[in-house]
Parts: sequence; structure tokens; C-alpha cells
Amino acid sequence: MLIRSDAAGFNHPIPSEITAPGVYARRHLLQSLAAGAAAIGLSAWPERKAYAQAASPVTRPGKLAALPSQLSKVAGANTMDKITAYKDASSYNNFYEFGTDKGDPAANAHTLKTSPWTVEIEGLVKKPGKWALEDLLKVSALEDRIYRLRCVEGWSMVIPWVGYSLADLIRQVEPLGAAKYVEFVTLADPKTMPYVGSRILDWPYVEGLRLDEAMHPLTLLTFGMYGEVLPNQSGAPVRLLVPWKYGFKSAKSIVKIRFTDKQPGTAWNKAAANEYGFYSNVNPAVDHPRWSQATERRIGEDGLLTKKRKTLMFNGYEAQVGPLYAGMDLKKFY
Amino acid sequence: MKARVNRWLSSAWAKPVWCCACLLPLVWLVYAAAGDLLGANPAQALVRSTGDWTLRALCLVLAVSPVRLLTGLTGLARFRRMAGLFVYFYALLHGLSYAWFDMGLEWEDIARDIAKRPFILVGFSALVLLTPLALTSFNRAIRALGARRWQQLHRLVFGVAVLAVLHFFWMRAGKNDFREVAVYAAILGLLLGWRVRLAWRSPLRPAPVMVSRVPGDWPGQVLPGARGTAARSGRNRPAESTPATGKGE
Repeated sequence: MLIRSDAAGFNHPIPSEITAPGVYARRHLLQSLAAGAAAIGLSAWPERKAYAQAASPVTRPGKLAALPSQLSKVAGANTMDKITAYKDASSYNNFYEFGTDKGDPAANAHTLKTSPWTVEIEGLVKKPGKWALEDLLKVSALEDRIYRLRCVEGWSMVIPWVGYSLADLIRQVEPLGAAKYVEFVTLADPKTMPYVGSRILDWPYVEGLRLDEAMHPLTLLTFGMYGEVLPNQSGAPVRLLVPWKYGFKSAKSIVKIRFTDKQPGTAWNKAAANEYGFYSNVNPAVDHPRWSQATERRIGEDGLLTKKRKTLMFNGYEAQVGPLYAGMDLKKFY
Repeated sequence: MKARVNRWLSSAWAKPVWCCACLLPLVWLVYAAAGDLLGANPAQALVRSTGDWTLRALCLVLAVSPVRLLTGLTGLARFRRMAGLFVYFYALLHGLSYAWFDMGLEWEDIARDIAKRPFILVGFSALVLLTPLALTSFNRAIRALGARRWQQLHRLVFGVAVLAVLHFFWMRAGKNDFREVAVYAAILGLLLGWRVRLAWRSPLRPAPVMVSRVPGDWPGQVLPGARGTAARSGRNRPAESTPATGKGE
């Protein structure tokens, strides 16, 4: 059981803003109707969502189709930090396929087509194949995970994601003994993504993890945030979340998951190897060549004149993920 | 037409209007910061936009002389000092925003940051180089230095332009996105190139020295390129001697 306190900002600050369950269910019904088939077959759980609402600190913004889920029981999966406003989390992020300014994704990502969507599993697995998004959603029960997100640029947010541990999927496809790494290939569609084809990065955007990192229960295959499906700009319809690594490691709009025996060449590592390592674990002791990583600005919370807060080792997930890197020189493998 | 524009440029209203126009970006930023209109990361927005406005002011001040000489709008000369001071003004705000909003006024951290990060060092150097120019921008300083030495000192602004573009380039290098950098580099390159070309074409003799006797007007109005044209048409002379009352050409 989680220990809650108002000081930690876990509880909803304004109880009157919490939607009453009856109103909520009614609203949800309307939204489900409006979302219709676009709700990608998720309307099977409306009751559970309405039920979960009472227990969850997450307020649905009411913008997109609901994604019913329950608060995760995985260790470390629910930070007590104050949740960032949906307005900020959905309007300020990096998604270079839609532009390099952090306002660009929200402005441009409406063109992204998220349905139908398939994710191809290939490489060193016993059961390769194409997964429709609908089937991916059924692999495991969806959970709310309230993660800190630390961008390599020195800002951070606290976002309630919806998804399940990637390990659940990996176990189903049965990696071969030779598989050591997992590569995530994301969509690169020049017709809907205006910056694909620009020379900023080598498209498609590829990210990768060591197999044991990918199997860690905190590594989240993510379908939603704030109790709803992901908005396009946040990597809809399916993305990764690796909360102890800098944000760019969490690939968005994934179309392929490939199991390999070699360390994958990842997008930012290829673009600037001296600045972005393969591991890119959040580490206040290893500076980016052009700025310090010792502190961060929490978006929407720290005022203009508030000093930036100290960045935590592994973004505060050291207890959970520290053992993955035992004995490794993290200055060398940054 | 030209005479009318020049008459307007030398009117008593022109400078206050120009000054207010130059303050508009700051007014907007203060208003936006107070009204939470700067998006999710207001601190970064302030640091970036003050930097943007420094670059824009730099383009503006370096454009004054070429535009004046190419169009014959001699009245423009009066605005160069103020434009130059606004470069320094926004550069100071930029430096202050960084030191305050980004570094929390931790001077030790700031010093370490400047030493460690080339892109900060370059920006800091540009600000340092601008300081003597701002400090010697009033008439008495020009007389004390002598127009020639004053002019030599103020050529530092060309170096500042190069540093500013380098600073911006380095900052954007992380995103491999150089389109905006290219725009500023092209404008500043053009403005500096124009001066190099003039210097190349004009004979190697000392520039004429002119000091205004009109308080508040722009003295020492001598560009390397002003020499030939000054002798031919006397184009830049009225600007130096136009009384503040606006009875120019």
C-alpha cells in the first residue's frame, strides 16, 4: 500500500474538482460514443475505469478516448511528486518528426494517422509477427504509472502513463538465447511527418535497450497518459517509457521491435555520439558537453525565480534499476 | 520622397518613437511572463527571446550605415547610437536571464559554466566586448578618445557579430537545426561583407574625422566606406550637422 500525504502532492489538491463517479460515468459514456470506433476497441472496460477513478490521483483531461487502467503495483511505479498539468505535458515536448521546437509537435502532429496501426516483432525471437494495436492492448492489464520524465535538455515533468511492462510482451514472443538487445523502430512517414527527410536526424528514429533493461518491470509499453489514449504529439498510439533514462530513449509511435545480438545504432547516438550515449541513464554526475545535468527545472511547478531542483541518480529510480549497472563505469558508458 | 523621409527622420519625434519601438519586445516579454503566456517553460522562453532580440538588434545596428549610404537616407545616422545601445540592453537582459532564471544567481556555478562550456564562453565574451562600446557611447567619451580611436574601438562590434552567430550556432548544434542560424549568419555576413568590400575598394587613407557639435546627435559618423561618397556628394555631412530642430536637407 502506498503511503499518501498531502505534502507530497499525491492527493488531488482540490477535492471539489474531482468528478463525481456518476457524472464521470455519464461523461465517459458520451466520450465513448463520440470516440466510437476510434476508441480502438477499448470501450470494453468503462466500468473498471469509473471504478479506478476513485482510487487514482489522475484527473482525466477529457480530451481523448479513455483508456481504463488500474494503479500499478510495480515497485517505484508511482511517484509521489505532483503531477504536471496535462496542458503542459501535451504542449511542450520533443518529437522531431514534427519539428524541433517544443511547441511544434502539438501544432503539427494532428496529421499522424494512428489507426490502423501494427507493430512488427522481428529478429531473434521464437514468435516473430505483426501485432495489430488491438491485440497488443490485450497482452496484459493496463496500469497507471506515474513516472518522472527527465529530458536531456534539463527539464522534467511528472506524467501518469497508461500501459504495461514491456516484459509482458517480450515473454510472449520468446526471445532466443542469442538476443542481447532490443531495437525500437519508430514511424517515419514523410507524408504525415513534415520533418522526416530533413537532415536533423537519420530517419527513422531508432532507439534501443539492453535486453535486461527492456525486461525491467519499470520499462513501460505505453498506450496512454492521464487516463486517455496518447495524444499524437506524445507518440500515439504506442510508445516506450524508460523512466530512469533521458526522455529521448523513450521512443514514440513504435512500428517495429527487433531483437538483436548487437547494440543497435540509436538516432541521437548516431547524430552526436559524444553528447548522447547508448545508455543515457539520468546521471547528475555526468554532464552533457554543453550543459550541466546536475539540476533540472520541473515544468509548471518551479516558478521563474525558483532555483532548479537537483537531478537524482537514475532519475530517482536507483533502488529499482541500480543493480542493472552494477560494476559498470557510468562515466564511460554514459 | 527621400527628402521627406529624411525630414521625418530628423524630426524631434523620431527618436522617442524609435526608442519606444525598441522597448516593445521587452514590454511584451514582461507582460507575457506576468500573464503566464510564455508556455510551459517561461524561464527558457525568456532566455531564448532576449537572445533572439539581441541578434535582431545587432542586425539592425549594423544595417544602419549600409542602408544610409545605399539609399541616401542620411537621417538614419541619428539612430545608430540608440540601436547600438539596444543591442547591449538586450544582451544584458539575455545574460541576466541566463544567470538568474537558469543558474539561480549562483555565481560560482556561473563562473564554472562559462569556463566549461564553449558556447556560454562565446556568448559571455560577446557581452564583455560590447561593454566598452556601450560605455563610450556618449559624446564626451568620443571627444576624449578622439574620433579615430573611438571608431577603431567600436569596430569590435564586427567581432561581436561573429561571436553572436557562433554562440547561436553552437546552441542550435544540439538539435542539428541551423535554419534560423543560417538566416542570421546570412544577414550579418552580408552586412559585414558590404563593409569589407567598401574598405577594399576605397583608397588606403585615414578616414575623415567628424565630431558633432549638436548634443544628442550622432558624432564620429565615419565608416570606412563613407570616405569616397562623402567627398563626392557630401551625403553624410548633413546628418552630422543637422540640428536637433530638424532643419536638414
